[in-house]
Amino acid sequence: MPLLEVRDIVVRFGGVTAVAGVSFDVAEGQICGLIGPNGAGKTTLFNVISGIYRPNEGSVRFDGHITTNEPRHRMAPLGLGRTFQNLALFKSMTVRENILAGAHSAGRAGFLANALRLPHARAEDRAARQRAAELLALLQLEAVADLPVIDLPFGTQKRVEMARALISRPKLLLLDEPAGGLNHGEVDELATLFQHVRQSFKLGILLVEHHMSLVMRVSDKVVALDFGKKIADGTPDEVRSSPEVIRAYLGDGHGDAAHAA
Amino acid sequence: MSLSPARFLLVLLGLAAALAPLWVLESFHLFQLTMAVIMALAVLGLNIVTGYNGQISLGHGAFFAIGAYVTSILMAQADWSFYATLPFAAAICGMVGYAVGLPALRLGGLYLALVTFSLAVAVPQLLKHKALEAWTGGVQGLFLMKPDPPRWLTSVLPLNADQYMYLNVLIVSGICFLLAWNLIRGRIGRALMATRDHPTAAEAMGMDIAALKTGAFAVSAMITGIAGALSAVAVEFVAPDSFTFLLSITFFVGMVVGGVASILGSLFGGLFVLFVPNIAESISRAAPGVIYGMILIIFLFVLPEGFAGLVRRILTRLTSRRN
Ligand SMILES: Nc1ncnc2c1ncn2[C@@H]1O[C@H](COP(=O)(O)OP(=O)(O)OP(=O)(O)O)[C@@H](O)[C@H]1O
Ligand SMILES: [Mg+2]
Repeated sequence: MPLLEVRDIVVRFGGVTAVAGVSFDVAEGQICGLIGPNGAGKTTLFNVISGIYRPNEGSVRFDGHITTNEPRHRMAPLGLGRTFQNLALFKSMTVRENILAGAHSAGRAGFLANALRLPHARAEDRAARQRAAELLALLQLEAVADLPVIDLPFGTQKRVEMARALISRPKLLLLDEPAGGLNHGEVDELATLFQHVRQSFKLGILLVEHHMSLVMRVSDKVVALDFGKKIADGTPDEVRSSPEVIRAYLGDGHGDAAHAA
Repeated sequence: MSLSPARFLLVLLGLAAALAPLWVLESFHLFQLTMAVIMALAVLGLNIVTGYNGQISLGHGAFFAIGAYVTSILMAQADWSFYATLPFAAAICGMVGYAVGLPALRLGGLYLALVTFSLAVAVPQLLKHKALEAWTGGVQGLFLMKPDPPRWLTSVLPLNADQYMYLNVLIVSGICFLLAWNLIRGRIGRALMATRDHPTAAEAMGMDIAALKTGAFAVSAMITGIAGALSAVAVEFVAPDSFTFLLSITFFVGMVVGGVASILGSLFGGLFVLFVPNIAESISRAAPGVIYGMILIIFLFVLPEGFAGLVRRILTRLTSRRN
């Protein structure tokens, strides 16, 4: 059984159909690229998978549970982590506190246990701080760990979001344009990081990215969307040579895919 | 928590500074300081829900009043001892806070401010109501007595009732500040702030916003209610007119002046709202409100992030110099 099964998802905003009947699977430990021109419906689909939007039609099954009607905050405990296209950090907090906030779903201690610092609350906190320290090192955030997150460059903030999603040890990580605002060298580092993360965290990744060479390099499979419809689904090579994909990108005036092809 | 020597010294100094007034100040000033600590505790309560969780309350005077009345009724009508009433005052305020937190889930920002405002306006009128008069004493209010220090204590430490009251207020407030500090530094505190900063991201981290917001309201009301209970005993009297809407605004001012979302700032805010009006009055008997307003404006102009912002700036300067 695949880790994620997206079935016939339809999302309408008033008259606009942002997602028009999309289905695909992501297997455990797989890196799946999700590509498509601007406005294709990628972020909308992410929001459906992570429970932020309820689809008008269709269903999502994650790790054996139908999650289409789960409350939003139930998704993280099920093992779904995500980052946001336009950064959604906790702006009053430091880098470390942001990452620790990501560990919320791994904890249990409530108001009383926290106020009294009961043993299990302290143990949880220690474990979270330990994992935060590891992630700070992995994502090269140690130098800025105790700075307010709001003062940092865009690329660094994106790494903070990734650390915040990783600390809860998700089974599936949704990344919405993680390479946005990065230069060439940084994109290369990101590709290496994805491989490393998949290996050591044993998770699947669903990756939305306009940076086509990155997607094609790291993905096991690629799903392409255009105007809310799936136009291709297969290995990077298959998708790259699909006539629909080439047409979608050329028609959009977006040269990247054609270039990559 | 391991105490470093520097921190241990700081705790000792803090304790000394808190206890010294017992012997240094005479009755009236000690009473004022007692009230200032009580105000600080009330501001701390407000800070939990408004400062840390971002839910604006203009009605915390209501929780203060309820706490004061629960303790007063139990002491004056049922002869309970002061300490025995505290858990009841806390529990009832917590429940009322939770109940107010429920509609707050559907109302954001300014609407919530209005709902809490109407609570602050309604509570004094309810306290005057005929149906409750048998308990609340109606417009007349209730008189009660400060507890006398127990004999085992006076045999070691000769204290009068005022000094004993200050000590009690210090202990109860100290415990509340410590618990609030633990709460804010831990998993729940981070979740409260995360919910305030970015609700959608908070939910994606698995935070149950409804539970957090109602919980924050309950805890906040509980703390402010305990402050109210302490004030009733310190003043030895409650009446509906002691809890006008102005009281809620006073807490709000204390929170902003001390520092929004700051535990230490709440302490400063309490001192400010109690002592600065007195200072204003000593400057101009004719128009103390004008002077108070001017001091307030100048203060916020110089320290836009309140007292806590100043402390934070000094601390960052110190640590950056060390590196
Ligand atoms: N909240 C919303 N309300 C109305 N329309 C929306 C909303 N969100 C998205 N849309 C519309 O739905 C379509 C798909 O948007 P979406 O953000 O999912 O695209 P995307 O593939 O992520 O694009 P990009 O690559 O630019 O991020 C667009 O036409 C967009 O204008
Ligand atoms: Mg998008």
